Amino acid sequence: MRLSGLGIYALFYLVFLYAPIVLLPIFAFNDATIIAFPLTGFTTHWFAELWTNTALHSAVGNSLQIAVTAAVLATLLGMCAARAGAQHNFPGKGAIIGFIMLPLVLPEIIIAVSLLVILVQIMGLQLSNWTVIGAHVLICTPFSIAILNGAFANLDPSLEEAGLDLGESRWSAFRLITLPLVMPGIISSLLISFTISLDEFIIAFFLTGSNPTMPVYIWSLNKDFDALPVVMALGTILVALSIALLTIAEYFRRRGIARAGLKDTGGFL
Amino acid sequence: MANGSFLSSEDKRGLTLVSFPFLYALLLLAIPIGAVILFSFWTQDFMTIDTTFTMNNYREIWSEPIYGSLLQRSVMVSGLVTMATVLTAFPVAYYISFHLAPKQKSLWLFLITIPFWTSYLIRVFLWKVILGYNGVVNSGLLKIGLIDEPLTFILYNVNAVIITLAHAYAPFAILPIFVALEKIDRSLLEAAQDLGEGKIVTFFRVTLPLAMPGVVAALVIVSIPTIGDYVTPELMGGAGGKLIASMIQTQFLQLSNAPLGAALALVAMATVMAAIFVIFAQLKLMAWIVRTYSSGRGFGELAFLCLAALLLQALVILTIFGIWSGSFGGSIWFFAGMLAYSAGILSLVGKKRG
Repeated sequence: MRLSGLGIYALFYLVFLYAPIVLLPIFAFNDATIIAFPLTGFTTHWFAELWTNTALHSAVGNSLQIAVTAAVLATLLGMCAARAGAQHNFPGKGAIIGFIMLPLVLPEIIIAVSLLVILVQIMGLQLSNWTVIGAHVLICTPFSIAILNGAFANLDPSLEEAGLDLGESRWSAFRLITLPLVMPGIISSLLISFTISLDEFIIAFFLTGSNPTMPVYIWSLNKDFDALPVVMALGTILVALSIALLTIAEYFRRRGIARAGLKDTGGFL
Repeated sequence: MANGSFLSSEDKRGLTLVSFPFLYALLLLAIPIGAVILFSFWTQDFMTIDTTFTMNNYREIWSEPIYGSLLQRSVMVSGLVTMATVLTAFPVAYYISFHLAPKQKSLWLFLITIPFWTSYLIRVFLWKVILGYNGVVNSGLLKIGLIDEPLTFILYNVNAVIITLAHAYAPFAILPIFVALEKIDRSLLEAAQDLGEGKIVTFFRVTLPLAMPGVVAALVIVSIPTIGDYVTPELMGGAGGKLIASMIQTQFLQLSNAPLGAALALVAMATVMAAIFVIFAQLKLMAWIVRTYSSGRGFGELAFLCLAALLLQALVILTIFGIWSGSFGGSIWFFAGMLAYSAGILSLVGKKRG
């Protein structure tokens, strides 16, 4: 690779992007409660502490439950919207899809506040995991649509029509022909929605019930400096997990593109 | 649907499909935001909500200086973050789009998105570690002897908030700009150079205008969420770096004054939208200058023209700032002026184009 001035700049930018993440494992294995250089020694103590922390376990369990449900629901809604958007024409299409994509550019605190107002202040409901799930589906759906749009737009509609002409019902034509073709998109949408929901803090902070989610629990450790290395250990595991999940998502996305016989243009969004 | 009979069965199926996510967004987004608007005109009466219509919340935001200064700081930080993010991201997007082979492009995009998918909270914690008093930057600089005592201007103030947010929103700026750059027909650039334009003039007259949709998208995608960000100002900002979201959170969850919080959230939203409108008008003006005056002029002259226009506008803005009192009541006139001014620019520039 020829390194121009621009290339060097881009490399520095990557270093800037990765600076915090590189530090994470360093301090997770560092044998000191104070997070600073110089390093004092190697320990796996912080990971062991994670193992015995029951409050953390329940928060993680809670978050997983929310993230899985939100990912499934958001992907279902995203499939509806992406299919309608990519393969059908109807009046007001741009406006309707634009409205569904709106949470992508709204500050999350606005979504959190508005749902808190309507659910608690006006309808008098109790906050629970479901209130968080409801909001997370709302913010994950636009991402799901963005991913699935590609999958549906690349799909040749005549394939499904051929299925219909050959006597399949509408549903089985979809299930047998379209679904396998967009499956890579669905998987990457599920994974990305899952990751977003798992990581989302401010909405969960406003809408969580008596059981905190994992980010809300991490937030509660903020004032507790002794807990910081444990957070680093947790973060290391999370980063490793996200990278694994994203690599899988990227793999499926590329396979989808290859399956549709297209050139790779890259990127999730 | 009133015109249902005009729809083909294909169209109807599309509508049926899209109605599920649409209804969901209606129920969980449009109606709640409607409720917030309604709520902002009510007041908190100890434990109950007084539902008589009143402008009191807005009046309080108008007259109490704390809200005005918080809002002003939020807009400023959001503006600086957006500017820093877009300006630093553009060369990266340009590099990926114009200097790399397709295979490398997707690898780079993947590399850029990875940090974004790792826990935001933990990333902010780590920036605290990097920028802190005993942090990585300070201990590093001390060790090589560049500084004698730790730098203090990089944590618990607005600078720290800007650095952290610029980091967090980097992919949101790179991706839309990259997409816009990818769409540019490369033969246009060759044509410009065949017609005798230099590389730099080609960039400003062909590449940049065509990349503008991506830049505008990046501006919008970065500025709106940053103005409502809570985690970074709260963790990195210290006492002087708190932004409007902290106040909204305090009103809702600590002071139990939800109506005031609702009004604040709406005012913040309206402010950022107004700010985007102003920026949009500025960009249009620059584009207009380039389009109208560029033929037959060198890059230097063109840059001078743009700079002169910017300076002139800065002068206008600063003059209005001069009579600005510091409370939101004062700044609303400032904003109204900026909006009218921008609308003027847009109508003028729009006419010339036709």
